[in-house]
Amino acid sequence: MDLENQKRVKDLTEEYGPENVVVLLGAAEGEASGIAAETVTAGDPTYAGPLTGVSLGLVVYHVCEDEVKEEFDPDVYDEQVSMMEMVLDIDEIAEEMQAIREEYTKY
Amino acid sequence: MSILDGKKVIVIGDRDGIPGPAIALCAESAGAEVIFSATECFV
Repeated sequence: MDLENQKRVKDLTEEYGPENVVVLLGAAEGEASGIAAETVTAGDPTYAGPLTGVSLGLVVYHVCEDEVKEEFDPDVYDEQVSMMEMVLDIDEIAEEMQAIREEYTKY
Repeated sequence: MSILDGKKVIVIGDRDGIPGPAIALCAESAGAEVIFSATECFV
């Protein structure tokens, strides 16, 4: 994840409290989703940014996962996301995301 | 239990996937407050 964004995630989590924060990702494939999800839960796996060694344990989902998708207004989702959803490998993304959540999410 | 309703949401979109503003609109439609939205680019 972008180093500047890591800093924003860290600062906002401190400001609002980790139990109140949910991260939503829009990455294009499973591996990138997994790396971003790991960054906001276990810490930056690339050891490059402000979240290196910082385990925030945040709740994190990809926007196309069923658990969050069912909470969106279906019209908004259709208009904003469904076109891209068709070209993404959602099963692969969901599998990565679920594995990270089971291992590292604390809330 | 709702995942998003009443929560503070951080959006990390992707230029090659789903961009930040699109995710932010979805999150707001679920009753969440978007506190940060970015669109990353891996190129």
